[in-house]
Amino acid sequence: MMSRTALDLWVGLFVAIGFAALVFLAMKVGNFSGLDGAETYRVEAPFDNIGGLKVRAPVKSSGVLVGRVAVIRFDPAIYRAVVELEIDKRYAFPADTTASILTSGLLGEQYVGLEAGADTAMLKGGDRVLITQSAVVLEKLIGQFMFDRAADAPAQ
Amino acid sequence: MSAIASALRRIGALTIDGIWRLGFATRFLFAVLLNSGQSLRRIHLTIRELYFSGVLSLLIIMVSGLFVGLVLGLQGYDILQRYGSADAVGVMVALSLLRELGPVIAALLFASRAGSAITAEIGLMKTTEQLKAMDMMAVNPIARVVAPRFWGGVLSMPLLAALFSAMGVFGGWVITVVVIGVDDGAFWSQMQAAVEFRYDVVNGVIKSAVFGTVVSLIAVFEGYDCQPTAEGVSRAITRTVVTSALAILALDFVLTSFMFRG
Repeated sequence: MMSRTALDLWVGLFVAIGFAALVFLAMKVGNFSGLDGAETYRVEAPFDNIGGLKVRAPVKSSGVLVGRVAVIRFDPAIYRAVVELEIDKRYAFPADTTASILTSGLLGEQYVGLEAGADTAMLKGGDRVLITQSAVVLEKLIGQFMFDRAADAPAQ
Repeated sequence: MSAIASALRRIGALTIDGIWRLGFATRFLFAVLLNSGQSLRRIHLTIRELYFSGVLSLLIIMVSGLFVGLVLGLQGYDILQRYGSADAVGVMVALSLLRELGPVIAALLFASRAGSAITAEIGLMKTTEQLKAMDMMAVNPIARVVAPRFWGGVLSMPLLAALFSAMGVFGGWVITVVVIGVDDGAFWSQMQAAVEFRYDVVNGVIKSAVFGTVVSLIAVFEGYDCQPTAEGVSRAITRTVVTSALAILALDFVLTSFMFRG
């Protein structure tokens, strides 16, 4: 009863081109092969100061993307910010890994840098990264600089 | 005095009419959804409407996308090169297209190209009493005429928006890389680093699906609800385009504030 018509050809072509455009957007424009869909595990890292860190900011080790920031919250029990990191299952880090908040470039976005330690035990999901380094706050840096200058001045 | 009274009366009548139409449109949406079974079973009806609202909109969508991409490339380069970051022009073009311009402009074009045609068709069917005749022959006009047009629009809109964005990125690439001479590798690598599939691409597709649903509903509703006269049909077409445009822009704000906050 149903037979192919010229209309079907055009509609088929339209659907094919439309999906081709979607694939192009997914593969070429947005890097689909990134972390999306990869299995991850979550670790927590307490920081004194997170500066301008945002949710979904990259987590990098040696400059390579290994995960993303999942949640940022304030823990009233320890009066510190707790950052939950979602790390790709392919990358395991020692339990004494250092997490620091760094800035890419001079005015770039902030990200979490992981530096592996020497422990033989590895971080598991739900673990806490204990050694952390807060974001550099420009005001504190300038304050420190002025303080040092003032301390040096009488010696001249 | 009577002028003021009649003006007040007019405002009241317009308000009540608007609410009335909103309620009818909601009931109409449910009626269309309930009667959609037939347009899936007799899929060739929906395929026909996909042809009219999707395939025939291809050219205008692709050409407009290309030109929007060209303009974004030129303007983006002009601004970004002042800050020495002309390489980031790919990021700007891709993000603005995927998140906002692709779904919104494609939906505006779709409303004026396909939405108005749907309204005109259904309105004229009503004017010439074809819908009534169908009813007499125990053929449900909502299932036979309205639902396939609705689904044709809903299905074709996300594909058209994706095509618009893809053509826009291509246009941006042509103007900045081929014509101006931005580095090809930096253009793509910066874009790929900044654009995220789940966040940017999927949200853009969701937006265009919402716009497609709204525009299609407005188009079939205005056609079905029009005054069965020549003037009524022309008014209904105008209303389709105006209401669709307003709905798209207002919904875009709402969706953006949900999707891209923080």
